[in-house]
Amino acid sequence: MTNHEQMWEELGLDVDLHKELIKSIDHTFNQTVGAQNERPASMAYFDRVLHESHGGRVAELIEARKNGKKFVGTFCIYVPDEIAMAADAIPVALCGGTQFSIPYGEKMFPRNICPLVKSTFGMALSKTCPYGPIKDLGVGETTCDAKKKAWDVVNFYVMEVPQKKSDLDLKLWRQAVADFKSRIEELTGMKVTAHRLTQTIDIMNDKRRALQKLNEFRKLDPPPISGLDALVIMQAAFNDEPTRFTEHLTELNNELDDRVKKGISPFKKGTKRIMISGCPSVMGNWKVHSLIEKSDAAIVVDETCTGTRYFSNLVEDGVADLEKQLDALAERYMKIDCACFSPNNERMETIEKIVDDHTVDGVVQYILQYCHGYNVEAIRVARILNKRKIPNIKLETDYSEEDMGQLRTRIDAFLEQL
Amino acid sequence: MDDSGVIDYVITDTGVDPLSNVLKMLKHQEHDNIVATGYGRYLAQMHLQCPIITEIKAYAIGANFLFPDCRTVLDIGGQDSKIIRVRNGKVEDFEMNDKCAAGTGKFLEVMATTLGFTLDEFGNISSRADQAVPISSMCTVFAESEIVSLISSGADRKNISLGLHQSILNRIIALMGRTGFEEPIVFAGGVAKNECIAKLLRSKLKMKILLPPEPQIVGAIGSALVAKQEITSDYTGRKNQKPKGV
Ligand code: SF4
Ligand code: SF4
Repeated sequence: MTNHEQMWEELGLDVDLHKELIKSIDHTFNQTVGAQNERPASMAYFDRVLHESHGGRVAELIEARKNGKKFVGTFCIYVPDEIAMAADAIPVALCGGTQFSIPYGEKMFPRNICPLVKSTFGMALSKTCPYGPIKDLGVGETTCDAKKKAWDVVNFYVMEVPQKKSDLDLKLWRQAVADFKSRIEELTGMKVTAHRLTQTIDIMNDKRRALQKLNEFRKLDPPPISGLDALVIMQAAFNDEPTRFTEHLTELNNELDDRVKKGISPFKKGTKRIMISGCPSVMGNWKVHSLIEKSDAAIVVDETCTGTRYFSNLVEDGVADLEKQLDALAERYMKIDCACFSPNNERMETIEKIVDDHTVDGVVQYILQYCHGYNVEAIRVARILNKRKIPNIKLETDYSEEDMGQLRTRIDAFLEQL
Repeated sequence: MDDSGVIDYVITDTGVDPLSNVLKMLKHQEHDNIVATGYGRYLAQMHLQCPIITEIKAYAIGANFLFPDCRTVLDIGGQDSKIIRVRNGKVEDFEMNDKCAAGTGKFLEVMATTLGFTLDEFGNISSRADQAVPISSMCTVFAESEIVSLISSGADRKNISLGLHQSILNRIIALMGRTGFEEPIVFAGGVAKNECIAKLLRSKLKMKILLPPEPQIVGAIGSALVAKQEITSDYTGRKNQKPKGV
């Protein structure tokens, strides 16, 4: 990560501790992402996005705020970026993926909640998150219990995400989307108009299209890009300015096109094809992806929020009426099949489809420790996979390195079975 | 190993410097080929350029060699415990304990020390207990303090030992339930040498439990078989792991 000591100082961060954090992230990055071979040259940009996430990107946000923009921190892919952007706010996803901040999170929060939540709040509590001090609004949502109650503690704005997907729930969600719009308008003093919303819907749809295109490359044998690099791109997607991100992703996609023609890939043809399914792996967390690919398997798709759940389904465009645009947004976001929903039949259908589309040899259900939603839903997922005779394994783990040996044995033994 | 079976074996502690221990062992052992398994397999691979297999696979192959009709392998070692469902030497399903030490050899070791027994005495003594003192803590740290207070309240050490063995057994059976199991069950790993656990397992499951002559080398036998197959046939194992001399 780059050094911006003066800025961190001014933001009131614990600069020394922050240096340690950066060192620990850099170390993990070099041992995982950086240790790969045959990376596409265009990956350099996305690496830089991660490295600048506490530096250049923050400086950029500070600058934007000086020019009257508002910065909104989000923690879930249900929060519609389009609306925030249409009111001249800049949304950035702020989930934490580092072990470093966990002990600080545990000082306030119970130990037995998921590492993502502990890490996120641990960053704030240890004064190592540069986003906290410049945030104009934190937007939470009523998804899992850990997050839902955490928002209450830190007094964030909370979007109501329903628990089921009936007509009644869709109505409630539609209202939550409208309320969010009002809250953002109040924050920025800007009205969300149909015209502006058309623009931001296009921006986000373009971003999703580029990510979908990347996903297409991963259907090939061998895929021209590693699963770990695809994850880095997703993590960058959560942080970067969307238009710039899409431009660079398009460039990468072009390079991949070229690699396919030339037969360049980090993998040999016939490499075992793994799907990751379950919890997100946010910035700082490369643990399981790296272990799997170090054991000579290729991750060819992520059925997670740092994967297909983020970019599947576009928002219907070409709608000129504001209310109808909000309908279209509510509908698109409601299609996200997070395990917080019950029943969640849609996710089962999605999984079956992805397994076919990506010719998956085996599925790793990736469960962040204490994430009850995905952990319990893993039973159903295993059932449908077993029925189709697709080998699958559930790995429940946190961000720490203490279980690496055991995890590697389980992964290797699983791969030996394929 | 050769065609007639195991020629020789050495068991040694991994210690703090597993690599030099391995090298020391190898110096005194004639060998044509090496396959490494276990937690140190990557270390061995790095230094010996030998192929590696997981202990899951190694135990499945080893148990199948010793007992061709084996359907389940239960391995309880110092670090972890595993249950492996096998058919014709191939892994069908497996589970391992989660990251804590409860239900592993380490647990027994700590408890034996707390009670003032050697590990060898421990199983033996427990078999002679008349009544088990139930132990409620599964966690190694908590169980230790529970035992200390049981001793000071005058409970018989034999009976505490039996209680501890039963609590381990419950843990093992819970683990076995995660994959399901069929008989015959091959019981391997260091803990299989503990006669009390084997006895309790038999009476609880009422299934055929098979004990290898040396339960600690089942994984080594499995690796040796893979190593042997590799030089006799065209076996190449997983890619990037071909032997480069040694
Ligand atoms: S897993 Fe669910 S709650 Fe978490 S980011 Fe994804 S959609 Fe939101
Ligand atoms: S991983 Fe699970 S427990 Fe953690 S924040 Fe997401 S939904 Fe909640």
